[in-house]
Formats: sequence, C-alpha cells, structure tokens
Amino acid sequence: MGQTAVESVHRDERLLRAGFLSRLLSRPDIGALLGAIAVFFAFGYFARAVNWLGDPAIAAGWTDQAAQYGIVAVPVALLMIGGEFDLSAGVMIGSSGLLLGYLTTHAGMNVWPAMALVLLFGLAVGFLNGFTVVRTKLPSFIVTLATFFVLQGVNAAGTLKLTGQTAIQGIDEARGFASARRFFASEISVYEYKVKVVWWIAITVVGAWVLAKTRFGNWIYSAGGDPVAARSVGVPVVRTKMALFMATSGVAALMGIIEALELRSMQAKEGIGLEFIFIICAVVGGCLLTGGYGSVIGTFFGAAMLGMVQLGIVDSQWDSNWTYTFQGAILFAAVMLNTLVRRRAQRAR
Amino acid sequence: MHLLEVDRISKHYGNVVALKEVSAHVDAGEVTCLLGDNGAGKSTFIKILSGVHQHDEGRLLVDGEEVRFGSPRDARAAGIATVYQDLAMVPLMSIWRNFFLGAEPRKGIGPLRWLDSAAARRIAREELRGMGIDIRDPDQPVGTLSGGERQSVAIARAVYFGARVLILDEPTSALGVKQAGVVLRYILQARERGVAVIFITHNPHHAYPVGDRFVILNRGRSLGTYGKSELDAQELVKLMAGGRELAELQHELEELTAELTRTS
Repeated sequence: MGQTAVESVHRDERLLRAGFLSRLLSRPDIGALLGAIAVFFAFGYFARAVNWLGDPAIAAGWTDQAAQYGIVAVPVALLMIGGEFDLSAGVMIGSSGLLLGYLTTHAGMNVWPAMALVLLFGLAVGFLNGFTVVRTKLPSFIVTLATFFVLQGVNAAGTLKLTGQTAIQGIDEARGFASARRFFASEISVYEYKVKVVWWIAITVVGAWVLAKTRFGNWIYSAGGDPVAARSVGVPVVRTKMALFMATSGVAALMGIIEALELRSMQAKEGIGLEFIFIICAVVGGCLLTGGYGSVIGTFFGAAMLGMVQLGIVDSQWDSNWTYTFQGAILFAAVMLNTLVRRRAQRAR
Repeated sequence: MHLLEVDRISKHYGNVVALKEVSAHVDAGEVTCLLGDNGAGKSTFIKILSGVHQHDEGRLLVDGEEVRFGSPRDARAAGIATVYQDLAMVPLMSIWRNFFLGAEPRKGIGPLRWLDSAAARRIAREELRGMGIDIRDPDQPVGTLSGGERQSVAIARAVYFGARVLILDEPTSALGVKQAGVVLRYILQARERGVAVIFITHNPHHAYPVGDRFVILNRGRSLGTYGKSELDAQELVKLMAGGRELAELQHELEELTAELTRTS
C-alpha cells in the first residue's frame, strides 16, 4: 500500500514536469504576451528614427493610448468570459463624460459629487442592459447594440440642444476640478506618464485577482462556460451576469470621467467605435467569443499591443489609416491562435 | 420511517399525466434503482426529488417528515444531491474549480475573502483518490476527462458535500461497457459510505449488480417494487420490457421465421 502511494506520487511529479511546456502553451494569455513583445520590437525597428525602444516619452505616449483601451477592456473581458457582450461600452464613455460636463457646467455642481452621480448613472445603464438580457433572454449583442444607438442619439441631440455645439466645454471652470484632475487625469513624471496608466494597471490587477482568486471569478467562468450546469450546482448565474454588466458600464463611466477631466471638454461623438477595440483587446487576450474562457492579464497585453500599433504606425511615418488594417489582422491572428490553444487545453493529457 | 420516501406521487403537465401514484423509498447505505424506458416518467421523478418541479398529488417525505422543495437549493439543503447525465460539469473549467463550483472554500476576513485554491486543489485530489480515481492534475480542464471520469468526479463531489441522498440520472447510458463499470463501482463506493443512492437507468444490466431494490416505471405508472431477493436479472429484464408483450413479440417472431423457412 505504502509502496504504491510512493510510486504514484513519483509518477505524478514526472507527468507535471513533462507537461510544463504544454501547460505554458495552454495558458490563454500566452499569445497576447508574445504578440505584444513582437509588436514592441517590430516598431523598435520600424520606428528607430524616433528611438522607439529607448525614449521614455515614446513609451508614455503608447501607454496612454493603451490605458485608453485597457481600462474598459478589463470588465469587457470578464463579461465575455461570463458569456455576454456589451457593445454600448464605447458610447457610454461619451455619455458619462457629457453627463459630467452637464452637471459641472450647466447644473453648477462640484466635480466630486458630480462624478459620484456619473458613476451611479453608469451602474444604472449596466443594470438596465443586464436586466433586459436576463429577462428577455435575447442575445446581449442585440440588446447592447440597441443601448449603443439610443445613447448615441441622446449624446448628439442632447449636446446640441444644450450648447448649440457638438461638445460641452468649460469643465475646468467647475469647483473641485483641480483636485479631481490630479487624481484621475494628471501626469506623473517628467516624461508625462499619465496617471491613467496607473488606473489601467490597478484595474487589471483587481480584475485578474477577482477572476482567478475569488468565488465570483469561479462563477464568471461557469456562467459563460455552461450556465445550465452552473445553475444546477447553485451558482447565481443571473446575479453574476448582472454584476458584470454593471461593472462594464460603471468602468466605462469612470473612463468618461477620466477623459472629461483630461480634455476639459467632451465631444458628443466621444467613445464611439471603442466598443470593438475593447472586444479586440479581450479576444487578443485569449477570451473566447463563446464565453467560459479567457484572461484579464492577456487582455492587458492585448490593450498594450493595440496602443503600440496606434502610435507605432505614426512613429514609423506610415499612413495612420493602416491602423485599422493592423487591428483587423491582429484580431484574426488572435482568433486563430485562440482556437489552437483551446484545442490544446481540451485535449486529453 | 425511511430516509427518503415518495408516497403515491402524481404530476401532470397540462392534461398530460407524467407520473401517476408512484411510490418508492431509499435508506442510508442502499441503492434503489428506478428503471423505465423513454417516456416512462423517470425525468419527471428526478425533477420532483431535486426540487426543479413540484408534485401535484401525493407526499414527499424526508426522515418521515413531509416536505415540498421550492427550488434545487431547497433539495440540496435537505441533503439531496442530483448528478445529471450531461449537466454535471463545465468542460472548460479545471477539475478543482468544477469540484467546488457553487460551494467554494474561502479564506480571509470580513468582506475581503478569496478562494482557498490550495485547499481546493488538495481536497479535490484527495477525495477523488479516496473514491479510487487517480487524476493526474487538478488544474486539468474537465473537458479532457473521459465521460466515465466526469461522472465519477460529479459523484465524488456530491458525496464530499455531504449528500445523504444521491440521485444519479442515467450516469451510464452514454458510456461504453468498461467506463460504465467504473461508474458502477463508484456507486457502490458511495453506498459503502452510507449514502442513499437513487440510480435512474433504462439498462437492467447496469441496475441489477448494484441495486438493492428496483422500482419499474412504465408510462408514468409504477409496475411494482422488488427487492433483490425477489427476482433475478433475467426477470428484471423481462419486467423492464413489459413481460407479456415481449413474450408475444417473441412468439410472433418465431412464427414469422417458421413461415419464411417454409416458403423458401
């Protein structure tokens, strides 16, 4: 008996060691990491004229862009792992920024309580998205597409009616602006690294921790992987999805606040188109479109990659329109790689 | 007094009678097999016991007390765990995550609590080994396990979480002979541990070796309850197939064969 126990322990250890490489390759985030490294060094060559690899100001530029994508991409990734989409996450940035603009310029509020209201607004929109999806059982793709178009119209018409222009300006004249800006939208060093980057990293860490290390994270995986099985063992699938929708809209509202404080004004069209960028970040990060699988860390590298592409193309003196082509190519490559990785993860070992 | 007893239970969906006055019981350390063909009412029976549906007539008793389950959660709280044929596991999730899904062990203080993943991995591995299942790696996705291994993990999970009554919905029907044998062994393991097992199947050859008592359902009605000493495997097969009908069919077949031989 003791003999066999020792033997089986030995065999297990050997199997683990033999499987190390295959285990590494079956991680959902490995592709995004390798991709980000490859893109970084590719621009190191193509944009060598501006010292892409060595100049901290260049890094400050692309990390700013990456944070712009990466902050909202974290909850979007969690939502995708939970089996749902949110196409209204982009336009919500505009709606939230405009609401902050309205509250501080036209309603004369202090920036801080106005921010609290904007965040509540974000959570409320997320609640509506989630509630509609779980109640009607319609695909979230359709429900949030509707939210997207409704908000797009409200943003444009509301701004025009309020200001006679296509933007709300003068947010920096509100009380509390300076202290709020320092916290959400300032620069943190001589190279003008944005504090936004800290928010990006912080939200990534929290998202990754929640997914990997909490009970809620387990529920997210199961809600996307097999909601019927999850419910049958007592996972509150509906509550999990509602929370994810609320987190997505809530973080989009935070992003709207950050942008409004950074730009001091808000365009009515702000944020439109970003919803797809967030989804690309998540897919590059290893999230399956069908749910149940993915990584927040991978999404972080996905956002970093897209941020580098955005600025790297300009720094390489190429036509910036190529950015879209690059984004499409990256998305396609990521989907192909994900399919491979998942097959590997599913194969009997 | 029995651990779990159903007494002349009936259920209808609209004007379709799914179950009509079916009675059965199970006690700790026993296996009661519920046998029946497709449409016999097995699924309805499970759904009532596991709290998915409520019965219309009759009584459901746990420890002699009449109960009514409003939800699967109620049934689980009463110690009744159901292992469904396909719905048991999330294939993309690891073994340990599946094992503890819906009942995750946590540590930490106050609102800041996190998964005790080290303990979860260790317990999952130990429990499975205790049932005689040697998993290579608790981080392996459940999708990489064979069908029999998956069923076994689900059974081990239910036993670990203190199921007093284990309802197994066709655990062997999608499996080959060898895999089915593995699952049947775990059913016996669970019984050894003092769990009351309700084993639902349409296969008398799987039921007979592990069952202590057999309830045969046909078109929503019970054809009777038999102890193992009251019948042998052959009789169980006959009962399952509706006894007399099978004999008639066999007779017809014989006549037909005779006819064919004559004419050729």
